[in-house]
Amino acid sequence: MSAATHATTTHATTAHTTNTRTPTATSGARRRQLQFGVFFQGVNFSTIWSDANSGSQTDFESFRRLIQTAERGVFSAFFLGEGLRLREHLGRLHDLDVAGRPDALTQLAALAAITENIGLVATQNTTYNDPIDLAHRLASLDILSGGRAAWNIVTTDNAWTGANFRRGGYADHADRYTHAEFVVTTAKALWDSWSEDAISASRDADSWASRDAVAEVSERDAYFAVRGRGRLPRSAQQHPVLFQAGDSAEGRDFAARNAEVIFSAHGVFEPARAFAADVRQRTLKAGRPADDLKIFPGQEFIIGDTEADAIEKARWVRESQVSPQTAIAFLEAVWGTDLSSFDPDGGLPDIQPVQDETGETRGAGFRGKRPREVADAWRAIAEENEFSIRQLVIHLSSGRGFVGTASAIADQLEPFADELVVDGFNVTPWLIPSGLDDIVNRLVPELQERGIYPTEYAGPTLRENLGLRDPLTRRDKRELARLRA
Amino acid sequence: MTTSTTTFAILVELDGAGAHPASWRSAAHLPTELLSAGRTAATVRSAERSGFTAATFEDSPLPPGPSAGGRGVIGRIEAVQRAAFAAPLTSSLGLIPVAHAVYGEPFHLSTQLATVDHVSAGRAGWLVGIDADAAIAAAYGRAAVSAERAIADAADTVEVSRRLWDSWEDEAVIRERVTGRYFDRERVHYADFEGESFSISGPAIVPRPPQGQVVVFADGLAAARVGADVALLASIDQVSTAPRAVLELEVVLDAAGVSAAERLAALDGYDLWAPTQRRRFVGTSGELVALLAELATHDRVDGVRLIPAVLDVDLDEIGRAVLPELRRRGLFRSPTPGQTLRESLGLARPANRFAQTEDLEGARA
Repeated sequence: MSAATHATTTHATTAHTTNTRTPTATSGARRRQLQFGVFFQGVNFSTIWSDANSGSQTDFESFRRLIQTAERGVFSAFFLGEGLRLREHLGRLHDLDVAGRPDALTQLAALAAITENIGLVATQNTTYNDPIDLAHRLASLDILSGGRAAWNIVTTDNAWTGANFRRGGYADHADRYTHAEFVVTTAKALWDSWSEDAISASRDADSWASRDAVAEVSERDAYFAVRGRGRLPRSAQQHPVLFQAGDSAEGRDFAARNAEVIFSAHGVFEPARAFAADVRQRTLKAGRPADDLKIFPGQEFIIGDTEADAIEKARWVRESQVSPQTAIAFLEAVWGTDLSSFDPDGGLPDIQPVQDETGETRGAGFRGKRPREVADAWRAIAEENEFSIRQLVIHLSSGRGFVGTASAIADQLEPFADELVVDGFNVTPWLIPSGLDDIVNRLVPELQERGIYPTEYAGPTLRENLGLRDPLTRRDKRELARLRA
Repeated sequence: MTTSTTTFAILVELDGAGAHPASWRSAAHLPTELLSAGRTAATVRSAERSGFTAATFEDSPLPPGPSAGGRGVIGRIEAVQRAAFAAPLTSSLGLIPVAHAVYGEPFHLSTQLATVDHVSAGRAGWLVGIDADAAIAAAYGRAAVSAERAIADAADTVEVSRRLWDSWEDEAVIRERVTGRYFDRERVHYADFEGESFSISGPAIVPRPPQGQVVVFADGLAAARVGADVALLASIDQVSTAPRAVLELEVVLDAAGVSAAERLAALDGYDLWAPTQRRRFVGTSGELVALLAELATHDRVDGVRLIPAVLDVDLDEIGRAVLPELRRRGLFRSPTPGQTLRESLGLARPANRFAQTEDLEGARA
């Protein structure tokens, strides 16, 4: 373990008590607040596994520790990805990154039992899940958590992933959002299929529920036909909150029509502002009020006692994330061939990539790139900065991230709140399970003192904590028109 | 299949307000409170406190209750999630959800069940749901299959799940800094399953469950076909070749000064609890103790699954007056915290089918 992490551990518990900054939000109206979510990633090299403080990726205790820290820090949401196939690299299992993760909804059901307020967000794809099953499992989590469930809607279409599922690679890439919309519509129909007062109020009633109070749902598209009944009543938040993460124009429009929260990759101020303006336009165009869709970019936070300490820590984080082998593999994913004979601390390979397009087996970030163009661009960056292979990969993968003292980072976050650029950040910890300690112990108090972060949960449901309105299916046209005005 | 009385298992079914269609009328809670976290937590805690070996959670892709004219409960929280939710609230109770194995996605199902085993540190079971019902096929948007095909597909689902659970060897995660490798790809295997209705490549996305293999339960008629570890028998005369056999018993007990027969008659007055293939025990707790004592020494069964008519009445009575007496007589031992479901059932932790070199499994078991 490096000196930098020692410093963090030592000061984490005392930092917030020594801060003497005067709150700036004591006069006037309440400031707009930011929120935090946390992403337990389970894949990719951003999670450091080589450090002595890196815990199990599988043991329930890791999840318990992380989510309870997040809840102590008034985080609005805890977010899990979805694994559909173990990643491969050059035709073999990719063995350099953390791997092996639980089923998201099952894991979140267990976490619901040990938490009170934090939202539980499950990434679930619309391609390789059966709508009747998916809708019911989401509704089940919503009931078990007392109205804290959310669905991060993703699409996937490649046949490589489909090899683990009945239908294989059945869907056209072009149809993926159309089909996703069908799955969302079906899920909403099932969630809304129980009338408000479906269940009898008394044990002496004629029946436990009125059979008429539950409508049969029948939906179909080119790929699926669903005919069945919902098995659960509405939850305390009506139905699960809908998240979405696609960044293409099509993905943004899908979010504007269907989602309530959009994740984004735009966590730096100017791109974030541009993204917000674009998404709000699309939301208005979809017939919804501009603030109906909350924006949560992903971010990393690297906090030090001093600016110099934080920079040193960031260097350690990046070097731990990008091992020499990871640096070579990063290039190999583009070159499409074994580059192990190249020195990670030397220059970029002079040979050309052997493939015409990158594959999908390493995850979306690597997919569909033009290798020769990418290689040329990278060579230019490396030449200009005199980067080695490893330095280049560190450079390319560290675009995100606030690095500094808690106070300095809080200063940087203020305009994000005041200028309505984001609604919150989805934090990706680089260490499991202690990766939120600094943020909760040091950054959150700084933000709270500035009045731009909640000091307690607004209520028991995720919908309340995110400040969301009723689901779209629960609003009538008049209400929407009034909200838009 | 005989085991000593120290591993005689007593399972209890926890679905809804109880197995009787009118059980919700005798519940200690309002109908609106049934499908909730609080109620789910209360029943599993009660089962753990009473010292049952394991709880089962009934489920189906179709709503519970008769399809037409039914007056009972028509909603249900998904059973795998109920089991997962129960895990951190308990420390010794086995958790056995019913999960439908005919029309769904086997890859997801195997991952979900492995996850229950991880969050419970080795207390997960799976009661294989085998139902060819055309209404389920319609809900999934798949072609309905015959009863025969349904068993064959369920058997394939169990087989591919077993391969996926073994697809990560126990020591697959190596975290080797020198080579930069998080796991050893020689110890992570493709499942390469090809069946009549589906094929699956694998490997699993989740590492091997703590028990190695989740304990598989199935109805006695299908247990051998699907390769179950434990067969649920409707009658003691039913023959099973599964490693363990558990007899099912529906239970109505005397309670609060009212005889079991009177309680049953009152509930049947609302909605008849139609007879099933299973034996239905209606009597006093003392008589149930006598029956279970006899079964505990019977050489054809290794345990029972009790199916209470009304959870808020019969579950409490069994916990209060039946299990303590069986324990006192040395006929039943409740599981202790940290014990796996396999250990409770006297089943060894299986070797990994993919482990090539002489593995550590034997030494560990």
